[in-house]
Amino acid sequence: MEKEGSKEIYQNNSVKITVDKEWCKACGICLEFCPQKVLAADEGGKPYPVNLSACTRCGLCELRCPDFAITVEGVEGKKDV
Amino acid sequence: MKRDIEYYLRREAFPHIWCAGCGNGIVLGAILRAIDDLQWDKNEIAMISGIGCSSRITGYVDFCTMNTTHGRALPFATGIKMANPEMKVIVVMGDGDCSAIGGNHFIHAARRNIDLTAIIVNNMIYGMTGGQYSPLTPSGRFGTTAPYGNIDQSFDLVKLATAAGASYVARGTVYHIRPLISLIKKAFNKKGFSVVEIISDCPISYGKMNRMQSAPEMLKWIRDSAVSSKVWENLSEEEKKDKYVIGEFLDVEKPEYTELYAMVVERAQKLEVGK
Repeated sequence: MEKEGSKEIYQNNSVKITVDKEWCKACGICLEFCPQKVLAADEGGKPYPVNLSACTRCGLCELRCPDFAITVEGVEGKKDV
Repeated sequence: MKRDIEYYLRREAFPHIWCAGCGNGIVLGAILRAIDDLQWDKNEIAMISGIGCSSRITGYVDFCTMNTTHGRALPFATGIKMANPEMKVIVVMGDGDCSAIGGNHFIHAARRNIDLTAIIVNNMIYGMTGGQYSPLTPSGRFGTTAPYGNIDQSFDLVKLATAAGASYVARGTVYHIRPLISLIKKAFNKKGFSVVEIISDCPISYGKMNRMQSAPEMLKWIRDSAVSSKVWENLSEEEKKDKYVIGEFLDVEKPEYTELYAMVVERAQKLEVGK
């Protein structure tokens, strides 16, 4: 995991998930509705990927996030969602 | 080319004021993604809101914006559209703002068929003022002013907008997010008065009064209560109880108000004074 300001960046060779810990309010929507159960809650209830390799880049976490706090990208930098 | 959503936001205003899990943020995301898909120029967009939680939306977007008075977003938007018909005017209202305080403005904007898009964030409650029931709170549900259950019938905004004369009417939800973006895009592209009612969640004021303690619980309820229009037709009245229908309900072409008005101006200018 890399940090960029309040953003935490998790990356493997196909997907990059960025979580803005300052914008996230720990509502739990992304955790509950991830079809692949990629995300888990940290001690503050905010998401981090526990199973990054299972991510299919469907982007539902990003689209349903009320706080613009999570983004999913392909590693080539091209937006998939 | 797709842009980062942050391009459309006033970043300095974030994190926003809405509660954890509030559907207003999901609706904002859907609106911005629809705009991004359409590649609209930020300077051509006017976003107008009234009063209520959802009306805070105009503070977060980098467009021409106005946060107006309670129920009166549509009259302000009408003025902007009449003064500059080239503007793409988006009006965001809550259920109370649109159907109670602004109820008359809503039906008359639809009747004129003026080219505005009305997005109604229906969380079925007055969230900002503490959970009073609104005209869109379903019968039997609870609010702080209906502690023994709401005895009012709720409005059906889809039928109301259709009967009043709109050109495009749809209903989506914050759970069904990709279809919602498509509905909003179609509404934005429609010449005439277009309406998208969005079933949204208020975990604090509505959820807690109605045995749903969290945003994920509310989204599951929204998911499980929604029925597509095709399936809806074959349901009995009993089966429709506590459910709502989502999809597209009206998409028609008819004369638009600013175009008709431009023709009036042209006719008037051709008349010679005194003859």
